[in-house]
Amino acid sequence: MSTTETPLDIPITKRKDWQTDQEVRWCPGCGDYSILAALQMALPDMGVRKENQVFVSGIGCAARFPYYMETYGMHSIHGRAPAIATGLAVTRPDLDVWVVSGDGDALSIGGNHLIHVLRRNVNLTILLFNNQIYGLTKGQYSPTSEVGKVTKSTPFGSIDTPFNPVSLALGAEATFVARTHDMDRKHMQEMMMRAHQHKGASLVEIYQNCNVFNDGAFAQVTAKENRESMLIPLRHGEPVVFGENGERGVALDTQGRPTLVNVAEAGEDAILIHDESRPDPGLAFLLSRLATGPTMPTPIGVFRAVERPTYGEQMNAQLDAATAQRGPGDLRALIHSGVTWTVTGSDNGRD
Amino acid sequence: MSDTAEQQRTTSEIDKVVIRFAGDSGDGMQLTGDRFTSASAAFGNDLATLPDFPAEIRAPAGTLAGVSAFQVHISDHDILTPGDEANVLVAMNPAALKTNLDDLERGGTLIVNTDGFGERDLIKAGYEDNPLTDGSLDGYQVYEVPMTTLTRGSVQELGIKPRDADRSKNFFALGLVSWLYSRPVDPTLEYIESRFKGKDDVITANTLAFKAGHAFGETAELFDTVYEVRPATLAPGTYTTITGNAALAWGLVAAGQLSGMELFLGSYPITPASDILHELSKHKSFGVRTLQCEDEIAGIGSAIGAAFGGALGLTTTSGPGLALKGEAMGLAVSLELPLVVIDVQRGGPSTGLPTKTEASDLLMAMYGRHGESPLPIVAAKSPSDCFYAAIEACRIAVQYRTPVILLSDGYLANGSEPWRLPEVADLPAFDPGYATEPNTPEGFLPYLRDPDTLARPWALPGTPGLEHRIGGLEKEDGTGNVSYDPVNHDHMTRLRAAKVAKVADTIPDVEVIGDTDAELCVLGWGSTWGAITAAVERVRRDGRKVAQVHVTHLNPFPKNLGEVLGRYPKILVPELNLGQLSRMVRAEFLVPATSLSKVQGLPFKFAEIEVAIRDLLG
Repeated sequence: MSTTETPLDIPITKRKDWQTDQEVRWCPGCGDYSILAALQMALPDMGVRKENQVFVSGIGCAARFPYYMETYGMHSIHGRAPAIATGLAVTRPDLDVWVVSGDGDALSIGGNHLIHVLRRNVNLTILLFNNQIYGLTKGQYSPTSEVGKVTKSTPFGSIDTPFNPVSLALGAEATFVARTHDMDRKHMQEMMMRAHQHKGASLVEIYQNCNVFNDGAFAQVTAKENRESMLIPLRHGEPVVFGENGERGVALDTQGRPTLVNVAEAGEDAILIHDESRPDPGLAFLLSRLATGPTMPTPIGVFRAVERPTYGEQMNAQLDAATAQRGPGDLRALIHSGVTWTVTGSDNGRD
Repeated sequence: MSDTAEQQRTTSEIDKVVIRFAGDSGDGMQLTGDRFTSASAAFGNDLATLPDFPAEIRAPAGTLAGVSAFQVHISDHDILTPGDEANVLVAMNPAALKTNLDDLERGGTLIVNTDGFGERDLIKAGYEDNPLTDGSLDGYQVYEVPMTTLTRGSVQELGIKPRDADRSKNFFALGLVSWLYSRPVDPTLEYIESRFKGKDDVITANTLAFKAGHAFGETAELFDTVYEVRPATLAPGTYTTITGNAALAWGLVAAGQLSGMELFLGSYPITPASDILHELSKHKSFGVRTLQCEDEIAGIGSAIGAAFGGALGLTTTSGPGLALKGEAMGLAVSLELPLVVIDVQRGGPSTGLPTKTEASDLLMAMYGRHGESPLPIVAAKSPSDCFYAAIEACRIAVQYRTPVILLSDGYLANGSEPWRLPEVADLPAFDPGYATEPNTPEGFLPYLRDPDTLARPWALPGTPGLEHRIGGLEKEDGTGNVSYDPVNHDHMTRLRAAKVAKVADTIPDVEVIGDTDAELCVLGWGSTWGAITAAVERVRRDGRKVAQVHVTHLNPFPKNLGEVLGRYPKILVPELNLGQLSRMVRAEFLVPATSLSKVQGLPFKFAEIEVAIRDLLG
């Protein structure tokens, strides 16, 4: 999404300009607060107009987000935000359309709409707040909950294999996929800016802590003391390394199997170099499979960022081409376009 | 049939005829019927059609399930229905004969393709004996024509394989029947040229077959009478033949032009509504955007999103899809955004009869959302009325910021009739009236209503200073902020209902047709209009008094409907359902409505309604 105005034309905003007068009703300690803050601090630097931002959400705690943004917004129905946002994005290419969704909203009831909006590469940014639980309905398991999770609807433990949202998005042909978490504001802001800048459908999975129904779900990887050894930052063109001194890294064996190695032992040349822009999503997918959940070293950052025509621009190009070829639509010509005949005279006989 | 003096052939002028073409799904009966219709329209007859085809793409050849038929009623005067029974049945095989014979009038003309009546064909159709020889058809005028043989013969010189030649036998049948009813041949010949352009051998084969059928009628001395149906004296103007779906699509395009709004259609293919999606997707030069979505819910969802941005949001479907769209329609009611949901009804419940007509979604349109979720309903009454009904549905949606359900049905969708084209300048324009300024000194309140219409202001994203959020949660009157306040919820619920009720301020009163002082009023909605009108006219011709009212607005009802119905001690409501409008008017107006219900996947025969009228009159 980019604006054709120069930066000087855009009014300068501060964080408070993006805040509404509505009292925020998330639980005290909810990770959503820090995500909201991160975005409201990032937006002034994005060089965008407030009136052009539209936040569309479904149902869930995450979906309350639009009410707290002083922009246009729609709080719609469970799972349907990507479809609603698609209609808005393709008819109003002048707007910056954001979709805010949770793991239930996006991956359960909304799964179908999610994969199609990504496949179509509709120009919008999806922020997927993943807390691995259903918070608003008070604690049922979600499509990202781990196997064995005991919840109100799974008192004997969940038997569902969870989705990996990044893998799913890549499988759905998404042109921009990233992951971040609610404990690192700077990283969130960086991901949000990149996602916003990307022309096409962007998906940012945000690990979000639900302190009431699933507290600490991500702590093993996101707690400050764990990050260095448990988060694998992906940077385009750079070796995939992590650890306090970058002493650990990702290497592929001769059969293409990824393993975590000690850089010193394996040698720097063995370490995989990340490439966001590789046309085939295979590499990104492979990286997304390094962890089966937030209990082992987990890749974060931008997995994939490729260019592909957006749905809206292709749709509107067809309209332009048709108009160029035939001239603007003429209603009289349309209704006369079939086989017509003319009746002259007066009477109307009836049986 | 000899060298004696040329057979005396008479030309008989008749005022109307109903012809049904019936054959296997692969025999091209729809095309045949369509072409006969087209030639008759060009000739100037009034006409009405009833295509009747199975849901399967290609059921096993020769089976009863695979029979496809097309009935066309042509006349020298104004007609209203495709005809209660056929005067002529063209049967290409035994299965077509078996499924359609009952609808041929006693003594009617039966033209059969004898080549289609082989042993195996008879077995597939469930005949133990050959009806052509066992005397069972003695009550009809039977003409046995070896159409397949003659078609093959006509294209012999082209060296076409028999199986390919057989594909042209429908044109042979068309040629024969065109000759019998003195139809102009040029429209069909021109059609063949343009439709099959680039496939010269197909053009030649079809043309030769058509001419051969025509010549056969002339020379075979099988028919001693040729018929003429003179052009009808229709009101002066320019006409075209139109199906309901095409008219509906054009009406939507017109609504975009009349309002200056850009159309957005989010849709999903479903019989019998898909053609609206197909037609609208052609008109990109009108700025019409169509999106074939991943499912019905994305169809309506994307339309809601487009409406949020200021487009004229549309979605098309049939019964099963309307059911899926329920939650999203409720969202549109709560958001108060314009939206038009088009339901081309078909036989239900569940998958039902996809290609057969029914009108059983009325109660779902009225009540099919959870909570108190009222919305306006418009229903078309004829194929050409679909054009005007579409404009009206869009007008109401935009003016009142509400989803509107527009009801059509399979019979209207695929049926055709001549349509007197309106002058574009005479069509009613309407203005979305987007908000561009704050509506209070303190700022913009998204739910601060117009006192006359109770419609809320419509501020589009991208408008500086009017930023606001809308959603499905209950909202405070005026500000639109989320509110769980008990009194506010009661107030908002009644306000939304009052807004829909106020639509009655801008819809016309019902007219009573016929005898306003009659004892009995026939009340109809939707496509029963033609059959009801024909039935009422027949009864009145005998000197009995009957009144007729037809509603095109089902919610809210026209303001005078209650008072009008209250005058009649007897009210008959013919419907293609088990009694839905009758239930609604009884509930609303406490009137003694008697339901005449038919749920056969077919429109009413006017005779069925006529019998019910006479019974009620006593």
